[in-house]
Amino acid sequence: MNTTADLLTPTREWQDIAPLLSVRELNKFYAPGKGCGDISFDLYPGEVLGIVGESGSGKSTLLSALSARLTPDSGNVIYNSEQFGEMDLYACEESLRRVLMRSEWGIVHQHARDGLRMNVSAGANIGERLMAVGERHYGQIRTRAEEWLTAVEIDTSRIDDRPSQFSGGMQQRLQIARNLVTHPKLIFMDEPTGGLDVSVQAKLLDLLRNLVSRLGLSVIIVTHDLAVARLLAHRLMVMRRGEVVETGLTDQVLDDPQHPYTQLLVSSILQN
Amino acid sequence: MSTATGYNFAYLDEQSKRMIRRAILKGVAIPGYQVPFGGREMPLPHGWGTGGMQVTASVIGEADKLKVIDQGADDTTNAVSIRRFFAHTAGVETTEQTAEATLIQTRHRIPERPLKANQILIYQVPIPEPLRFIEPRESETRKMHALSEYGAMQVKLYEDVARFGHIATSYDYPVMVNNRYMMDPSPIPKFDNPKMSMMPALQLFGAGFEKRIYAVPPFTRVESLDFDDHPFEVQSWEEACAICGSDHSFLDEVITDDNGSKMFVCSDTDYCGDRVAQGFVGSAADLPIAEMETEQ
Ligand SMILES: Nc1ncnc2c1ncn2[C@@H]1O[C@H](COP(=O)(O)OP(=O)(O)OP(=O)(O)O)[C@@H](O)[C@H]1O
Ligand SMILES: [Mg+2]
Ligand SMILES: [Zn+2]
Repeated sequence: MNTTADLLTPTREWQDIAPLLSVRELNKFYAPGKGCGDISFDLYPGEVLGIVGESGSGKSTLLSALSARLTPDSGNVIYNSEQFGEMDLYACEESLRRVLMRSEWGIVHQHARDGLRMNVSAGANIGERLMAVGERHYGQIRTRAEEWLTAVEIDTSRIDDRPSQFSGGMQQRLQIARNLVTHPKLIFMDEPTGGLDVSVQAKLLDLLRNLVSRLGLSVIIVTHDLAVARLLAHRLMVMRRGEVVETGLTDQVLDDPQHPYTQLLVSSILQN
Repeated sequence: MSTATGYNFAYLDEQSKRMIRRAILKGVAIPGYQVPFGGREMPLPHGWGTGGMQVTASVIGEADKLKVIDQGADDTTNAVSIRRFFAHTAGVETTEQTAEATLIQTRHRIPERPLKANQILIYQVPIPEPLRFIEPRESETRKMHALSEYGAMQVKLYEDVARFGHIATSYDYPVMVNNRYMMDPSPIPKFDNPKMSMMPALQLFGAGFEKRIYAVPPFTRVESLDFDDHPFEVQSWEEACAICGSDHSFLDEVITDDNGSKMFVCSDTDYCGDRVAQGFVGSAADLPIAEMETEQ
């Protein structure tokens, strides 16, 4: 059986590199069974980790605790920062965490309106992070915004339109551009394709996959859609009632699930 | 301390004044930082400068000479009522001359005549929080100030340039004080922003509705936000003042007859009058409106 311990043992190609994120015995419970507990793993640079499990299993709770947005009851999250070196996320100053969130990290929300400023233009949405890290040249901000619109396949003629004039899929792509403009190392995504039409989902997934491999991004992605997990994630963590029941390489977990719960999860998807 | 009128000196009770003075001192110690204070009711409706009045009431002394301006003029209803209020409740001398005043309460303008070290300029502020338009939560704006997270304000300027080709914000133009706190300079025209920097006079800001006081101590650097490729610029006019010929003051457009003829005159009436007294003349010096303007 694959266990959490497997994730602590780096695979061969990663073993010479320091982990980007090290999680040790992380716990956050709202009530017994509601939250996440005993979570330990390492995430290596360039790795995409999928967190899967049924609704209410604690995926979003875990993602928030990993991305410095929800103080855990116990445990550590250590991030290897370009700017600050090794940081214990919940032991360091809040100001440092907030700097990370607008520079080395990206957070893509399920609902675009949680991650976008709906009352300013698409260009301003992309430019904000640049300005937040000190960019003061309008022409350069504008050029970078255009480049990123192109990268996420939004016509540059829409640069002065507000996100409220965009379709759901475009809003999600804009959210991605807004995050990637500062060249983050690590992206947290919670159900980025949730609520979109199937064809729109496929296009977004394709785009994400290309960007992730082209930019060498490390990603932690939460999804209850195993097809999304299969397409994007190198490794999977299967959660049930706040606990990790199985972990391993994506193909291994999906093609040869060991835990009865994973078997159920995989078969119920296959039946659909 | 009370006057013959039955009010406490300058209307406010001494305990409230002490509380407001403490807020002012804290403001002076942390230039540009908004200090909350327990605002008192003044016998004027909000929007009439009750924040400025509470600050004035707390710093005014018997020897002070008070000037009150509104849109640059001393004779508007608002300015006249506030001046009368303090003449009545504090028995202080009032003046319309910038040079003579020790305290100047203002709405919308900084006088054209440079202020001196023995003067205090008190601004009436409607909305003290420069970040409010982009972040409605007070808890979050306080955090943004604490951590100097001011990228969102630059977004506002970005939107201006994207829409109009230049920074179109011309009033309430945001500034950085002492390289640390972002501050709303109150609805003065950006023309006046440069005057705030390194001013020898103490500048105090009172927001009555939101109960905030902030300050710019003498000789403090105040910088207007901008972009490297769209630098901060003040308003300028092709015309000179029609009354005094000034080519360096903030001008108001006035309609002179029913046919829509118009001319430009100094918004600072005291400054304009002074120049006329010194013998300067503008293009419309012989028109009746010019006499009207300079009579007061
Ligand atoms: N703020 C909160 N207060 C109390 N309970 C909460 C809170 N947030 C989540 N929970 C509970 O914790 C459990 C885990 O929730 P979480 O949102 O992490 O699940 P999830 O796996 O992301 O589910 P979904 O797939 O539906 O998004 C659920 O039972 C949820 O009701
Ligand atoms: Mg969730
Ligand atoms: Zn004039």
